[in-house]
Amino acid sequence: MEAGVNLGRRNALKTGGGLGLLGLLAVAGLIRPGAASAERLKAAFEAKTMGEALDALGVLVPENSSAIQLTAPDVAADGAVVPVTVESSLSRTEQILILVDKNPTMLVASFVIPEGTEGYLATRIKMAQTSNVIALVKVNGKFYRASKEVKVTKGGC
Amino acid sequence: MSAPTKIRATARDGITEVRVLMQHEMENGRRKDEAGNLVPAWYITEIKALHNGKIVLEGRFGTAVSKNPYLVFRFMGGATGDKIALSWLDNQGNTRSDEVAIS
Repeated sequence: MEAGVNLGRRNALKTGGGLGLLGLLAVAGLIRPGAASAERLKAAFEAKTMGEALDALGVLVPENSSAIQLTAPDVAADGAVVPVTVESSLSRTEQILILVDKNPTMLVASFVIPEGTEGYLATRIKMAQTSNVIALVKVNGKFYRASKEVKVTKGGC
Repeated sequence: MSAPTKIRATARDGITEVRVLMQHEMENGRRKDEAGNLVPAWYITEIKALHNGKIVLEGRFGTAVSKNPYLVFRFMGGATGDKIALSWLDNQGNTRSDEVAIS
């Protein structure tokens, strides 16, 4: 019974979060970046539009950067497994985020890159349909962006 | 019980490259089974990689990371025999941690 109670509490905590007060405050710009990063990230993962996701992350207008190399196939036969590589040569890359424009939820993954770890990350993602894949890289509190369109033959979200 | 994470870490020219294959269904919560019932969301939400106990990568996943999540990352340093640990937590509270030595 103990486990059941704990599980119930855990779920309540999880679902109770939603955008959350901190998230709302962060979106409203009332909290400095970093103070509510966990809450913001949570809201970003729940975002259904790119605008919502960027707001939740506290990204204003990310600057395009040729120092970020985003590698993904031009055509993905299976949207369930799309290989993506992000390589940032911006010095002191702090965070790498991968988003898909037309997925039911935009934010795929977010990585914190500690000092000593390279601004390099390869993974495999799901894509619902043909869409832009976007890499956001945070350097010194500022976000930079690179994107690439991937044509998806069979959606796999 | 979850299956072990496959980790391969190789050190070369002062850089260690870590390849990780986690074993997880990564259900997004929108898929229906044969009977038409929604399969509940079940996916890894957090990962952490340690080199001899020091964090070298932290990640958070949404539902759009592919089934059996695959990651490659690189960090400065690392020597043969050093420990690389990878742990994950999923949205149902399951955790798993695996460790290998750098080759």
